[in-house]
Amino acid sequence: MADYLLSLITFFPLMGMMILLFIPRDNEGLLKSFALGVTLVTFLISLPLAFDDVFAVSGGMQYREFHEWISIGSFFKMNYNIGIDGISLWLVMLTTFIMPIATLSTWKAVDKNVKGFMALLLLLETAMLGAFVSLDLFLFYIFWELMLIPMYFMIGIWGGKNRIYAAVKFFIFTAVGSLLMLVAIIYIYYYAASTGAPMEGFGVQEFYRLGIPSAAQHWLFLAFAFSFAIKVPMFPLHTWLPDAHTEAPTAGSVILAAILLKMGTYGYVRFAIPLFPEALQTYLPLLAFLSVFGIIYGSLVAMMQDDVKKLVAYSSVAHLGFVMLGIFALNMQGMAGGIIQMINHGVSTGALFLIVGFIYERRHTRQISEFGGLAHKMPIFATIFLIITFSSIGLPGTNGFVGEFLALVGAFESELRWYAVVATTGVIFAAVYMLWMFQRVMFGKVTNPENEKLKDLSVREIVIMLPLLLFVFWIGIYPNTFLSKMNPAIEQLLNQVKSKQVAVVEPVQPVIAQTLELK
Amino acid sequence: MENLGQIAMQNINMAAIMPSVVLSCFGMLLLLVSVFSKRGRTTHVAWMSIVALVVTAAVTVSSWNNPQEGFAGSVVLDNFAIFFSMIFIIAALLTILISDGYLRREGYPVGEYYPLILFCTAGAMWMASGTDLMTIFLGLEVLSVSLYVLAGFFRGDVRSNEAGLKYFFLGAFSTGFLLYGVALLYGVTGSTKIAAIAQHVSEMPAVIDNPMMIAGSVLLLIGFLFKVGAVPFHMWTPDVYQGAPTPVTAFMSAGPKAAALAALLRVAIIGLGSIQADISALFWLLAVLTMIAGNFIALSQTNIKRMLAYSSIAHAGYALVGIVAWNQIGLSAILFYMLVYTFMNIGAFAVLVLAGKKGEENLTLEGFAGFGYKRPFLGVAMCIFLFALMGLPPTAGFAGKFFVFAGAVKAGYIWLAVIGVLNSAVSLYYYLRVIVYMYFRDPKEDFAWVKLEIPAVVSILLAIVGVLALGIVPGPVMELAKLAGF
Repeated sequence: MADYLLSLITFFPLMGMMILLFIPRDNEGLLKSFALGVTLVTFLISLPLAFDDVFAVSGGMQYREFHEWISIGSFFKMNYNIGIDGISLWLVMLTTFIMPIATLSTWKAVDKNVKGFMALLLLLETAMLGAFVSLDLFLFYIFWELMLIPMYFMIGIWGGKNRIYAAVKFFIFTAVGSLLMLVAIIYIYYYAASTGAPMEGFGVQEFYRLGIPSAAQHWLFLAFAFSFAIKVPMFPLHTWLPDAHTEAPTAGSVILAAILLKMGTYGYVRFAIPLFPEALQTYLPLLAFLSVFGIIYGSLVAMMQDDVKKLVAYSSVAHLGFVMLGIFALNMQGMAGGIIQMINHGVSTGALFLIVGFIYERRHTRQISEFGGLAHKMPIFATIFLIITFSSIGLPGTNGFVGEFLALVGAFESELRWYAVVATTGVIFAAVYMLWMFQRVMFGKVTNPENEKLKDLSVREIVIMLPLLLFVFWIGIYPNTFLSKMNPAIEQLLNQVKSKQVAVVEPVQPVIAQTLELK
Repeated sequence: MENLGQIAMQNINMAAIMPSVVLSCFGMLLLLVSVFSKRGRTTHVAWMSIVALVVTAAVTVSSWNNPQEGFAGSVVLDNFAIFFSMIFIIAALLTILISDGYLRREGYPVGEYYPLILFCTAGAMWMASGTDLMTIFLGLEVLSVSLYVLAGFFRGDVRSNEAGLKYFFLGAFSTGFLLYGVALLYGVTGSTKIAAIAQHVSEMPAVIDNPMMIAGSVLLLIGFLFKVGAVPFHMWTPDVYQGAPTPVTAFMSAGPKAAALAALLRVAIIGLGSIQADISALFWLLAVLTMIAGNFIALSQTNIKRMLAYSSIAHAGYALVGIVAWNQIGLSAILFYMLVYTFMNIGAFAVLVLAGKKGEENLTLEGFAGFGYKRPFLGVAMCIFLFALMGLPPTAGFAGKFFVFAGAVKAGYIWLAVIGVLNSAVSLYYYLRVIVYMYFRDPKEDFAWVKLEIPAVVSILLAIVGVLALGIVPGPVMELAKLAGF
């Protein structure tokens, strides 16, 4: 059982989708319950991963599965090669955790072609999980591209007024980046094959040890970094994000923000940084600059929005800037902060999109000016909204604080000190745009008569929010549960990177690379 | 005289041409059958032609790994020819399955249609197995003449007439080029056999600079590139593809294109192998121009059939990338890609066939608004084919492009691979636009509605199976393609 646990988790939603296709399309209740059931079971079977203490002691890949998949004589070998370490563990958990919540949020929001939506939702879950667990670049690429199709349809069919523009833009932006990455992947494969180094198909762990010549590293890194930067998204490649977020249905926005954007940051951690450590040194200042610029720019633009959903979308650009800055610090605190912040962003921005969805379902508008004084009419909603707002700002005691603090400390202690100083102002901006928005929507008198008859959250809606609130406080108060399991993996990753970078300056000590490789 | 006859008999070896003989005999038989059939009843001819194709496939495959050379070395049934022959047979099979209902609907239930497809397939098989330029020329003529008739098959339809005539005139010109090239090469090397030409060139390298040799090679290549539809010899494709009956277009875009590529590969790699660097450089340019022109012109099309015509130019460009690479992966990738292309492109055309009604085919983007909701099966099928044409995993289109570009990267043509993938990115836009209309727009009120005919549905299902199976487990077929390389 444990031997195939990861495959089971990854493909369980897909199996669910196959069965779902046989449910009659008129039976919308059953379709929704079934999809919810599948995502819940996926979450339950993934729980043992989170409680496994092996991640606290070993930074290597666990739950490995390895099968030959495509083998074409002397041409290629692609393997079904999966596994997780303490970093991907939490992203897998985040995915299986968010999906039931996203499914539950569709109960009232999705009313046309429910069957199609649920099928796409489940397909998307398999694709995302597959991308997080893949240790073979070819396999990763397949899942990575597979994610596009369901999200494209979700935005295009169930989205808002401008959905077609947003869907096509989302698709083309992401696909262009990944196509260049594909050429880079092929190049690495042939380079590895030509050196005669031990390799297992497109196995990324073997590629780590490759020591690609720096001239080639630059191009390869740019191809990977470009592709991931679109997904993160980093300024100036972020323009698809506000459109996609604003037009997507609530469940789509939640998944997009909570999980899909993490693909980009995860791509840096798993692929771009450890594969091309030398090139990273060259481009680090540029990337750090873009991260910080993203923080400031995202915050300022968010401040100026009059649509709540757009505001949350731009705040994503800023939050992901913190994640990237933490990762680029290339030290324990920074990396841990970046990864924790990935989870945090998933929880709090996911929650914010749900909240926007709640009021949109009631009023069919998201204009801030249409609201005001909602706190009087919807006290439970107001409480939850406030907590999430604090979490998004990064108030101590909530999860956002832990992530941003670690990321900034990490950056401050690294060579990115001055970037960190500038980035810190982003925290203030976050307080400005979030609190200002909260004030305009929730406080004051009810000026718009339409708002008089608003109902507070239903039981279903409260049930959706409770697990998210739990993690807001859990990560905020006792982050060690999560940090302790990701530390060994981060340490191994950083040693990997540093050893390769040191090797450039002092070619005498390349031995470190091997001793640190726990297999 | 007697002596000569003996030598010739020994060298004949009918096994080398058995597949095309079988197919041609069936074709002639079916001509007779359709003469004696009641007017307007052709379904049995269609079924018999399917039997013919299945029998031919069995005959063809039986020579796998057992190459047969015949007619004093002017034809050879090697793995290469067999692989391509299977592509033609699959293309013909899928086409015939979608044709019957379509022809009846459009009012041309004429039995001759099926023998023509069979003759065309037989000609294609000749081209793939020809090792003598004259054999290849014969195959090309059989293929082309059948196609001229098929393109103009709807004789009451102006566009179809235009397609037939245009194809005939331009095709005749290109064949003239080809033949002239053969003559010049014969003048220089003293032979029309590909191997003999290659040997002559390698023994006397100076001959490469002979203007006659250069002119001959170029004219020969032009003849093939015309059939492939490569830029700058692509001008005929959009009009002919758009005007011809849709199943014929489906067939034309897959079978004959693959046949021309097969002949081109044999001539280029075996015959002109000694000037590999020049050929690679030339095809580098051709591949880039073909990809760019095909994709960028397709962007502005509003007629789906015409859009697919331009996209087929672009796909020819991807295949040419494999020639540039000039290595085993590149070559095998071309074979694999043409097979994949047959499935995905004929699949897409099959959906178009079922999307229209008599007289007014539903081919404009506008006509496809809300198509996915009105015709769920066809909508999903079209999506699968379009995603394959885009080259997205897990479809076979991705595997095919992956192998082609891998060949290029391995040979060091990284920029060519980059241009190739960027072209794929451009193609996303026009393929996605069809999906946008099918699913993201509201259905029109008056909607052409044709019954889902079982044979056509079978054809679509076969194509879907092909596209997905070759995408998820490309290994075995790619292995075969590798064995089929030179």
